Amino acid sequence: MIESVEIYWNPLVWLIAFIVIAIVAYIIRAFGKKEHKKGEQAKPFLSGVEEPSKEAVHVRGGNVYWGFVEALKGYYGAMKKMHSGRVNDYVAWFVVIASILFVVLFALEAIL
Amino acid sequence: MNLMEHLPALIIAIPLITAFLTPLVDRASKKARNVLVFISLLITFILVVLLVQRVFDKGIITYVMGASNPTETIPKQAAVPIRIVLEIDGLSAFMLLISIFISFIGLIYSFAHIKEGGGRFYTLFLLMVVGMIGMELTGDLFNLFVFLEILSISSAALIAFEFKRATTIEAGIKYIIISSISALFVLFAVGLFYGEYDLLNMAAIANEIGGALSHIDKIALILLFSAFAMKAGTAPMHMWMPDAYGEAPGAISMVLIATTQASLYALLRVCFTIYNEALHVVFPIALILLGLASIFIGVTMALLQDDIKRLIAYAAVAEVGYIVLAIGAGLYGFLGGGDKFASLEMWKVALKGGIFHIFNDVLDIGLLFLVAGGIIYVTKERSLNKLGGLAHSMKYSSILFLIGLAAVAGLPPMNGFASKIIIYESIYGVSPILSIVAILASIVMLAIFVKIFHAIFTGPKLAEHGEVPKYMLASMIVLAGLIIFFGLFPDIVLKNLVNPAVNALMEYGKYISAVMG
Amino acid sequence: MIYNLPFLTVVALIAIGMYAMLFKKNLIKIAIGLTIVESGVNLFLITLGYREGGIAPIFTNLPPGMSPEEIPEKMVLPVPQALTLTSIVIGVAVLALILSLAIRIYRHYGTLNAEEVRRLKE
Repeated sequence: MIESVEIYWNPLVWLIAFIVIAIVAYIIRAFGKKEHKKGEQAKPFLSGVEEPSKEAVHVRGGNVYWGFVEALKGYYGAMKKMHSGRVNDYVAWFVVIASILFVVLFALEAIL
Repeated sequence: MNLMEHLPALIIAIPLITAFLTPLVDRASKKARNVLVFISLLITFILVVLLVQRVFDKGIITYVMGASNPTETIPKQAAVPIRIVLEIDGLSAFMLLISIFISFIGLIYSFAHIKEGGGRFYTLFLLMVVGMIGMELTGDLFNLFVFLEILSISSAALIAFEFKRATTIEAGIKYIIISSISALFVLFAVGLFYGEYDLLNMAAIANEIGGALSHIDKIALILLFSAFAMKAGTAPMHMWMPDAYGEAPGAISMVLIATTQASLYALLRVCFTIYNEALHVVFPIALILLGLASIFIGVTMALLQDDIKRLIAYAAVAEVGYIVLAIGAGLYGFLGGGDKFASLEMWKVALKGGIFHIFNDVLDIGLLFLVAGGIIYVTKERSLNKLGGLAHSMKYSSILFLIGLAAVAGLPPMNGFASKIIIYESIYGVSPILSIVAILASIVMLAIFVKIFHAIFTGPKLAEHGEVPKYMLASMIVLAGLIIFFGLFPDIVLKNLVNPAVNALMEYGKYISAVMG
Repeated sequence: MIYNLPFLTVVALIAIGMYAMLFKKNLIKIAIGLTIVESGVNLFLITLGYREGGIAPIFTNLPPGMSPEEIPEKMVLPVPQALTLTSIVIGVAVLALILSLAIRIYRHYGTLNAEEVRRLKE
């Protein structure tokens, strides 16, 4: 049935569609007003306070997803405890998986 | 002395001999050593391409080490193969091509950043290449163990290469302890096979196992499965992967991906070829569950990281999860589970998606690791909290990172989309939940890399840097070009490379009869 | 029962080695545990080849009163001996690597306790 993938995904068709849509978007953008002032009119209004420099308000990489991590604190707490970093735990997980497979394989045939 | 006849032995011998010559040439001059290593890997690459073409033309190639006639697998006085037999079928050829290509790209990249200690580095690098290629060429179980150990020892020494930083040594010792314990259990399983059948050859053991498993076969299967699943990096045994990939020097992180794929290849050999139809249905279900766990743990833990290479390593864990999930679904259908799934032959599509994803995964994550290595080389900073606004000065790296980002997240027109959509489409037949988790994880993967891209490339310029060196840029552009090319024309890879590999996996009878006659 | 004794020893050695690797905190003790597991696996390989009343598998120096036709049943298997030698050599190489890395860890961290050598966590 699905021997070749080109039945529903032809990347060249996608590329042509992408280019056509991009051209249409550019034409629509060209209908915009040309009297836009840069400089004073484009700055944010912060109740008269000076806008701080971009370096000072740039959110650093480690903090971008703070909200997500904070919301899933329970899950991440369990994950951090699992990833303890001790070598003994690395070997312990191997023994756990092997013994689970052992129990399932030999107990299943005893039960069934 | 026909060259084409002895290709498999030459492919192992040339990097091995060069590995022993490199420290001597290094004493003479560094440029000579670089030229020697480059020429030997180039010759190996050409020989691998010749061998792969020969396999696709003529079928399975066998090569007996130490016999007067290289294709005489069973000597006249015996009824079973006695010597070490190298056996190359479609899947071996596929993995060989990936391994040697990635090693070659890694070599070119490493010319830019290895300034001191180069003699040790290139010796270990060539030994690692020998280990990878040996694992993928051999048809003998004990030979697999020996090459696995060669691979582990040289990889551990390479991970701990920058010994002035404390965390690299810690990663190295964790890696060697894990590799060693899993290799010892592989050896135990090989001993079990030898005690039961008096045979070490994979095809001969597959012939003897036949249809039913004895208790010893089951114990050996559990040990082999767990050991190779741990070396392939499936959760929850994945914890060595962020340590090892994150602390290795620049090019080695990418070549390490190819080495974990060699262990995945060994897992495929054990499940599909040695045990074929007699495999218990627990194992594909175990593979599917391990794959789901890897995807989930990989993408969620990557959101926490601050170190750039460790984050990409967690994304690599998730990608291994995708491969294992697709292959588990394929194995489930291969054994006849899920009637509608098996009758529609969607399990073949799942296998195709999984194997295609092996190819795409190493290209995508490899490109990301190379860009990260370039950033660390230029800025001397590893933490995401201290980098920012790099696109102002490193324009090419940001574009290449964007290509890698789109490829890993599965956005068209990159190759990641082509293989991921095959995976989403085919694993739906096993259970819709698998497809849902896979798609959601792709979205989170996009979120992770947009986080990095926003944090370190866009934004105000924090410090002045140059662009990455030329060798690094050349290797990254080659990878990015391949990503876009195979994304626009995925059929080239699917028809010529993936279809023979999947056919070789499914037709285990041909593998057995190529040795046993 | 007496012929099962080596196999029981193998199980005991592997169990002791895995206990040391799972529950001991000192890195050197973990390396010793790894070596004990490796010794157990090597003993297993050698024991597989034993045949009752067998002689060493060397053709040229037969004991008196043995004809060349009845040899293969009276000899122990030579293949597991080759496998064991290879495994012992690999074990030596791995142990050398682990110990040299442990020395460097001691210089960097000041301790060999696995609880404290874990800057790479989560």
